[in-house]
Amino acid sequence: MSENHQDGVPILKVSALKKHFPIKKGFLKKKDQFFKAVDGVSFEVKAGETFGVVGESGCGKTTTGLMIAELLEQTSGDIWFDGRDLSRLNEHERRVVRKDLQIIFQDPFSSLNPRMKVFDIVAEPLIVHGMASGKKLKEDVLNLLEEVGLGKQHLDRFPHEFSGGQRQRIGIARALALKPKLIVCDEPVSALDVSVQAQILNLLKTLQKKYNLTYIFIAHGLPTVKHISDRIAVMYMGEIVEIATKDALFDNMKHPYTEALLSAIPVMNPHQKTDRIILEGELPNPANQPSGCKFHTRCPYAQSVCKQNVPKLQNDGEGHYVACHFPLNKNISQALNQEQPARR
Amino acid sequence: MTSSLLEVKQLKTIFSSENGDVPAVNDISFTVNPGETVAIVGESGCGKSATSLSIMGLITDPGKVIAGEVLFEGSDLLSLSKKKLNRYRGNKMSMIFQEPMTSLNPVFTIGNQISEVIRKHQRVDKETAIKKSVEMLERVGISNASKVIKQFPHQLSGGMRQRVMIAIALACMPKLLIADEPTTALDVTIQAQILDLIKHLSEQQNTGVLLITHDLGVVAEMADRVIVMYAGEIVEETTVEELFDNPKHPYTMGLLGSTPRLEVEQEMLEAIPGVVPDLTEMPSGCPFHPRCKYAIEACKLEKPALIEDFPDHFARCIRAKEGL
Amino acid sequence: MLAKTFEEKHVSTRSASNKKSKLSKTIKLLFNSKTGTVGLFLIILVTCLAVFAPWLTPFDPAQVNPLARLQPPMWMEGGSADHILGTDNLGRDIWSRIVFGSRISLIIGIGAVLFSGFIGATLGLLAGFYGGWINAIIMRIADAFLAVPTILLMLVFLAVVGPGLRTLIVVIGITSWVPYARVVRGEVLSIKEREFVKAAQAIGAKKKRIIFKHILPNVLSSFIIISGMNVATTIVLEASLSFLGLGVKAPAVSWGGMLSDGRQYVATSWWVATFPGIAITITVLGVIFLGDWLRDILDPRMKMKNG
Repeated sequence: MSENHQDGVPILKVSALKKHFPIKKGFLKKKDQFFKAVDGVSFEVKAGETFGVVGESGCGKTTTGLMIAELLEQTSGDIWFDGRDLSRLNEHERRVVRKDLQIIFQDPFSSLNPRMKVFDIVAEPLIVHGMASGKKLKEDVLNLLEEVGLGKQHLDRFPHEFSGGQRQRIGIARALALKPKLIVCDEPVSALDVSVQAQILNLLKTLQKKYNLTYIFIAHGLPTVKHISDRIAVMYMGEIVEIATKDALFDNMKHPYTEALLSAIPVMNPHQKTDRIILEGELPNPANQPSGCKFHTRCPYAQSVCKQNVPKLQNDGEGHYVACHFPLNKNISQALNQEQPARR
Repeated sequence: MTSSLLEVKQLKTIFSSENGDVPAVNDISFTVNPGETVAIVGESGCGKSATSLSIMGLITDPGKVIAGEVLFEGSDLLSLSKKKLNRYRGNKMSMIFQEPMTSLNPVFTIGNQISEVIRKHQRVDKETAIKKSVEMLERVGISNASKVIKQFPHQLSGGMRQRVMIAIALACMPKLLIADEPTTALDVTIQAQILDLIKHLSEQQNTGVLLITHDLGVVAEMADRVIVMYAGEIVEETTVEELFDNPKHPYTMGLLGSTPRLEVEQEMLEAIPGVVPDLTEMPSGCPFHPRCKYAIEACKLEKPALIEDFPDHFARCIRAKEGL
Repeated sequence: MLAKTFEEKHVSTRSASNKKSKLSKTIKLLFNSKTGTVGLFLIILVTCLAVFAPWLTPFDPAQVNPLARLQPPMWMEGGSADHILGTDNLGRDIWSRIVFGSRISLIIGIGAVLFSGFIGATLGLLAGFYGGWINAIIMRIADAFLAVPTILLMLVFLAVVGPGLRTLIVVIGITSWVPYARVVRGEVLSIKEREFVKAAQAIGAKKKRIIFKHILPNVLSSFIIISGMNVATTIVLEASLSFLGLGVKAPAVSWGGMLSDGRQYVATSWWVATFPGIAITITVLGVIFLGDWLRDILDPRMKMKNG
């Protein structure tokens, strides 16, 4: 983490972003019910930082990522990128902005066109934007492949000839081709084996330093998100419940959902048998969301006010945002550190 | 050990392919005692799932168990006829799989599926079986069980379906539960519930659990003993504490180093370079040597044996005793 | 680069195993499959007949010889070596007619499939890619076509326009595009949601590029598979239309027409109808076998297994 993150200019600003999908019901297809995949999300991402978005399946993190990458149109809300309102761009301007705004997908088996060779996949962004041709194109592609740890011998192969980790590298090379400023990483390592995950995470970190990239890192695995992120947003049912720097989030979490999420992660230490907070029940039906705070049905600390009033995402003055009527105040990191002698 | 529940001896399972036979499980031996949880951990293609399927007799063409014994309470499952084997499966030993949706039959109600298992192995009438089904569902933490038995699998969430699978697996109070990545498809908060459930049930009923997983956190949380597999072979076996405190095999160390931890701040992870070898093109000598940072010339020449260099701690590495 | 050294070892082992040429791999795949080999053999046989017809036939297929009416095949009593498969009711040589008939069957089979495939694929692509009202209109038209019995529709068309080779192709073409449109639309709908299409959007690729570079090549394999199957049905369809008297007109020969001619003589001179029937069966089987094999090799998973 370099210092310029702290007072860095926001490169991305998302405000009150919503995506509601109509639920088609029955024969007449009346669209009176909505699945609120993302329901009013606001945050800022500073240039050069990694902004982690974490939450369980169906919390809207991927939908948010797709909207930021301009692959899904929002129902309402604004996305400002690099000082421009993305929803007010015309087709041409949008294509130009896209150069700076790339995405890496989760499934390395579906994110590469099975009928295209590696060269064509990595060269495509350069061709589309007329940035290189002929010999220069070949050189550029080769450089990109080397950047992600692949080489000349891979140029003429098809995606199915590669392992998951290598395919993810190809996807990263494609995203890097346009020299973007921001890359949305949508669960980039979830589909990979543990040892390969570590390789890809290291690669992403190396590239970030080299090119001063900004990442939005979307994942469901908290340890992974913590490892790579500077700041983290926790999502629950289409809303952000907490945003904080990673240290603040892990040492001094304020939202009960963050606490439960952290507590649910199996700890890699057989000596430490934690008393974990096991959340009762399951996610409520997304089409029929709870009133008030959406987490109140599972929250161990819920009061009657939680059922009625929606808590607002509020800043504590130090950049730690939480949406809870009764924010927690504790410091588990000390407890963790005491119980755990450092290994090796 | 005469009291062991499951004893696997030199199990070898191959998959035939155009390029010859591929040993998916290569000479594996281990035991599971009553009430003990043994975890098999490894990455995709290491043979951990093939091991569990071989034990259950569920290996199908082009796979084949070609050698070894699987002794369950002393009788060799591999030599049993299909009919006799079925008396064990679902009764004395059960299995739960990763994807609960595909393991449940979509056209039958939950009640139907549980009571079918109960009636198959216990001579009870339909009503008793249904009653027992409700009981089982309640035991796995489904509160509105009498409603759930009338529902179909697609009406339930992933966590609920996995609970139902566990209820089916436990319906006949098995002595051995084989859980193949039981929580991989689930969210962490639901994973916590399911792991908790398996733990409780195994403690209450003294059930032996064979847990197949790739998640070291789950291993630390659940297991008594751990078996680490790589390329079809056991590379390390010991107690869970010993494995996390003093890993002896470089692959185990690599796995531990590759996993991001909440409590440790690291700039870079200690990734294992390269990828798991193709089982058709195995390297010479130790199969891990091309990825191993401790590899020496000798590693390329001969395949190391699984040796107990430290008490109750087996590792398949010629340099293990150096304390890497 | 850190990452580079990671992969190098692995890469060298992989590249060695991948050096087999694509062609030899495909040929190996073909001969691995018995049905594929048989299918290919049958299709080559029929194609050779069609191409080299003039050199393979002792008689003009339209040459009438009243003196040699209804002669049995050569191996039967009364047969002669002149007419290997015998003659029909006008004394025309059945072997020569079958050989020349293969031309019509193949031309119509392939021509009509290309034509209907083009219409169907274009409409399916439009419906799948754009969705909305374009999809609604195209699919309702497709439903309407399905609701009317094809053969009836063809009869009406042919009655109005009059039979002939070109009209047959056009008529079969416009009445049988619906399955293509449905298959292509379904495929496009699923491919459109795949992440590589999203990735292409993300790098700023235009619609044209996405359709032609990303979607079309991935639809191609299912398109080829149903086309293969449809060549078979079209050959049968042509035979049925000719049988009903709406096929190609004399002196052109078609197997369906021969079948129709032989119909009255089945009891007395079975060979007149049987041999064209066998010719149809062999060709259709060949096409189906080959199609089965195509489906196997075009499945990316099969490729992966052999890759």
